[in-house]
Amino acid sequence: MDDNKSTPGKSPGRWNRLADFRLDAMSGPAGSVGAIVVGLLFGLIILYISNPDKAIDGFLCILTGGLTRGGLRGVGQVLYFATPIIMTGLSVGFAFKTNLFNIGTPGQYIMGAYAAVLVGVTGTGIPDSIHWVVALLAACVAGGLWAVLPGVLKAFLNVNEVISCIMMNYIGMYLVNYLIISNKSLYNQLTSRTMAVPAEANIPKMGLNQIFPNSSVNGGIIIALVLAVLMYIILQKTKFGYELKACGFNRDASRYAGINEKRSVILSMVIAGGLAGIGGALFYLAGSGTYIDVVDVLAEAGFDGIPVALLGLSNPIGVVLAGIFIAYITVGGTYMQLYSFVPEIIDIIVSAIIYFSAFALIFRFLLQRIAGRKRGEAQ
Amino acid sequence: MSYVFFLFQQTMYFTIPLMVVALGALYSERSGVINIALEGIMVMGAFVSVLFIHTFEGQLSGQAMLLAALAIAAASGAVFSLLHAYASIHMKANQVISGTALNMMAPAFAIYIARMIQGVQQIQFTNTFRIEKVPVLGDIPFLGPLFFQKAYITTYLGVAILILAATVMYKTRFGLRLRSCGEHPQAADSVGISVYKMRYAGTLISGALAGAGGLIFIVPTTVNFNATVAGYGFLALAVLIFGQWKPYRIALAALFFGFMKTVSAAYSGIPLLADLGINSYFYKMIPYIATLVVLIFSSKNSQAPKAEGIPYDKGAR
Repeated sequence: MDDNKSTPGKSPGRWNRLADFRLDAMSGPAGSVGAIVVGLLFGLIILYISNPDKAIDGFLCILTGGLTRGGLRGVGQVLYFATPIIMTGLSVGFAFKTNLFNIGTPGQYIMGAYAAVLVGVTGTGIPDSIHWVVALLAACVAGGLWAVLPGVLKAFLNVNEVISCIMMNYIGMYLVNYLIISNKSLYNQLTSRTMAVPAEANIPKMGLNQIFPNSSVNGGIIIALVLAVLMYIILQKTKFGYELKACGFNRDASRYAGINEKRSVILSMVIAGGLAGIGGALFYLAGSGTYIDVVDVLAEAGFDGIPVALLGLSNPIGVVLAGIFIAYITVGGTYMQLYSFVPEIIDIIVSAIIYFSAFALIFRFLLQRIAGRKRGEAQ
Repeated sequence: MSYVFFLFQQTMYFTIPLMVVALGALYSERSGVINIALEGIMVMGAFVSVLFIHTFEGQLSGQAMLLAALAIAAASGAVFSLLHAYASIHMKANQVISGTALNMMAPAFAIYIARMIQGVQQIQFTNTFRIEKVPVLGDIPFLGPLFFQKAYITTYLGVAILILAATVMYKTRFGLRLRSCGEHPQAADSVGISVYKMRYAGTLISGALAGAGGLIFIVPTTVNFNATVAGYGFLALAVLIFGQWKPYRIALAALFFGFMKTVSAAYSGIPLLADLGINSYFYKMIPYIATLVVLIFSSKNSQAPKAEGIPYDKGAR
């Protein structure tokens, strides 16, 4: 999972070794696994306190429910729920790689969702075959635009992107609500949400409905996987990605090396925003009866990108695995209601996992100490 | 004139919690710990204290009940913020990540416990706390209806907290030490101040105030707690920045934001504002846009504590 080590032939030199160190310091695969284990144990303890008799049954639901309880349909549901959070995870992870904390994913996500639904519902002149593609591109642009301001403020005025992103989240949420209710052809007053997106504007199933019958999974997961690979290539194999990362490590040194560091910071934010925007599109164009509700609540899938990126160590491939994992325990959690447990236990577990992964450094330290002791004994 | 009184009373319902929570954030950030977990801590404080009110409604009521609940809200907020303090101070964790974890955990925890106990996630309580009219003071012309009618005891408590917070921050040894840990912890350490202790103190104070703020926000606005404080924790963060990390400016910022919230909720009933025809969403957006503007104009001369968000490492040079 430590992608920097996977390119020894390129020998990017000292900076990348520094990069290695820093990413390791933030976390490592062992840290992620440790955080997951501790988070799950924390969940088990809560289940045990709430109902000792059924705690084990409920816990097994979390661990295996996603695979065993729904058959192939269940697996399809896991992939369906994973799609948007993989995208927001990619967004947060991409920004992390360039040393930016993109906590603005809820805003970018909802802007993307709005653009996609707008094109989907009102773009009747667009040929059916490319309707969803246009909607997806619109979402990417909208999400990217929503990240421009935090990027510019960071690049030119060194304004902390966490704070500006939080402001943009709320502005975006209120703006989207306003834009929806003021557009008669988009707003369904009876349900106080958006109109249904016509079938031809939805993401095609791409054959997944044959593999996972009756589930809501669609081509969105394939698009997310392709984008993850693309991000991996950009970050690891291109000069452009290398420049973005270099600016994350040391802006002054990067400028000295001839990189336009302001442009890099802004581009990092915009790409991250675009990814989150596509996430919004993939969720609301899934053709599974999802509408944008006009409520003053930030998009949860946006914030979910943070744990996904953390567990995935900001590596695009890791993000895919982490997104599927979180979707998997979420789906498993829904089956726990059979044992009269409340599915919110999953949110508690995920938040415990983020909490523990925040100090993954300690896990690594402990593991190294244990490893060091063993080595000492061997000698 | 009655509109003025109505607007002002409503504004107070929004302003006081914002101010109390932002003052809490002030203590945490001035000690050097970024606390974006305010939202979660507010939810936790509100949840535990509303559950308390719901459970003991038969035994207590009125101001005694509210004060007891406030104490419980503050205590639970402080305990919950210990998680953030431990991660950011002892474990040197990324403070934004730990804060995000707390923000996710609090509502999930509140919903989980509420549904486990009573089946539904909303917790209902009876509001027996509103003071229709303070004796004597409430009869003063103009000022009476403005400040001493249809008020909550929390309004006066909030003002007291403001004065106390400002005094402690600027007039006491503790305040000076706390601020020094947020500006230059190495220097503070070199003269024998325990940076860890000061940062724990700052974070716990922010937790207590945010927890109490959660209840202060819930009581006048609803009788049905639904595991949310509607983004007020994040708005309080904006108040802190808009107030440029200074207590009295924070109070003014909270007043401005509270007024905008009131207008967005009530403008259609007020002839003058209704005539303007501005959609409520714009009023809701204004606080956040205003904060962005302040961020832009203050960026060159930011009053933010210099060491905030950076874990203290004794050995760092």
